[in-house]
Amino acid sequence: MGTPVVALVLVSHSRALAQGVAELAGQMAPDVALLAVGGTDDGGLGTDFARVLTAVEEAAVDGRSALVLTDLGSAVLTAESVLEAVDLEVADRVRLADAPFVEGAVEAAVAAQGGGDLDAVHGAARHAATAFGTGDGARGASEHGPSGGRPDGAPAHGDVPHDPERSGAGPTARGTAVLRNRLGLHARPAAALARTASAFVSRVTVNGADARSVLALVALGAVGGTEVVVSASGPDARTAVNAVVAELEEGFGEA
Amino acid sequence: MTLDVGWALRWVRMSAAVVTEHRSELIELDRQIGDGDHGENMHRGFTATVAKLDALEAEPAHVGDVLKLVATTLMSTVGGAAGPLYGTAYLRAAKVTGLATLDPHAVVAMLEAALEGIVARGKATTGEKTMVDAWSPAVAAAVEAAGAGADPVAVLEAAARAAASGAEATIPLVATKGRASYLGERSAGHADPGATSTALLLRAAVDAASA
Repeated sequence: MGTPVVALVLVSHSRALAQGVAELAGQMAPDVALLAVGGTDDGGLGTDFARVLTAVEEAAVDGRSALVLTDLGSAVLTAESVLEAVDLEVADRVRLADAPFVEGAVEAAVAAQGGGDLDAVHGAARHAATAFGTGDGARGASEHGPSGGRPDGAPAHGDVPHDPERSGAGPTARGTAVLRNRLGLHARPAAALARTASAFVSRVTVNGADARSVLALVALGAVGGTEVVVSASGPDARTAVNAVVAELEEGFGEA
Repeated sequence: MTLDVGWALRWVRMSAAVVTEHRSELIELDRQIGDGDHGENMHRGFTATVAKLDALEAEPAHVGDVLKLVATTLMSTVGGAAGPLYGTAYLRAAKVTGLATLDPHAVVAMLEAALEGIVARGKATTGEKTMVDAWSPAVAAAVEAAGAGADPVAVLEAAARAAASGAEATIPLVATKGRASYLGERSAGHADPGATSTALLLRAAVDAASA
């Protein structure tokens, strides 16, 4: 498990919303720097260019990378204006995510907590858009196979970044686990499991859901007593399955 | 009347006056199809800009210096989409008006740069019910007028008139950009607030030349 090298800047029209999202994401990513900025100086709704600029500069201090997430349209415009205004060498290590505000922040925070670099954290945020589907296949991964919709096992949407290190080719492994803790795969265990799965090269799934995605795991709605199927494909598939099965059966400290 | 720094300063002051005068109208338009803050935002932004002008120790050397001051002030005081959009517009316009006076082609360049900035920032095209629907015809009219040999003020006048028509033409449009786009069909039947304020600002530019 690495130490976080990416900070998140959460930009909302609403100070309360920005702070709330930071609180939510922070629950699952206690070591990640989360900078919440929202509202205008007089306490109203809107985005403040100067405050966003300060937050971005603070996030990118000492060479740290940062991912900026925004809520609605004009927050995007303000964030883009800020990225044009900062020094080039700061702009080089700051990205603006195109992702839903809450879900993207949560996914990105978990990835950052696991030591993910800017590419990984950015990819995690973008992936949140696909996990938040309309129930056609992006969310209903368990009915459609390993990657939620495509019979050939490729990602359901183009948003999931292609990572050549995590190839779907190679050995596969499979195991089952019965969830021990009463609430099963709710948010905190899902986050822990996602961190575990992220440590492996192989693609790991739990009942077809991408085990690296907190949202996909939570969407399974798997409660205590449920038996789940853990699959992996890749060079370390067997080790990955064993680790995930063990964690599920241990009960996340709640059993 | 020469479009010099004195004109630019008057333009800013008259812009502040006109957006304040039309504050309620802009609020109402934005309330119908947006989040209701456009009038307040523009009033706050331009009032702050005038305060900055009042605090200047010396008159700026170039028209662009005035426009840059407008840009940075709007960017930091206008909290909605108008801040970044107008901010970028005036900033780009400032870059091509580092001149003591504007000839017809400089007026065209200024308006073109503003439109480019808005499109680059907001990524809208014409027909989406945004301020682009006022700026785009304004630029086209300016290009035509300058090409026909009009003097700088006449080029501005052509632009202002086209912007006003453009703003009115947004009334039946369905928004596909910005907060109004969330309303879909319900956004039709009201003028776009950003296009309306654009028309007011360009009319103020003309008025400043005859004051």
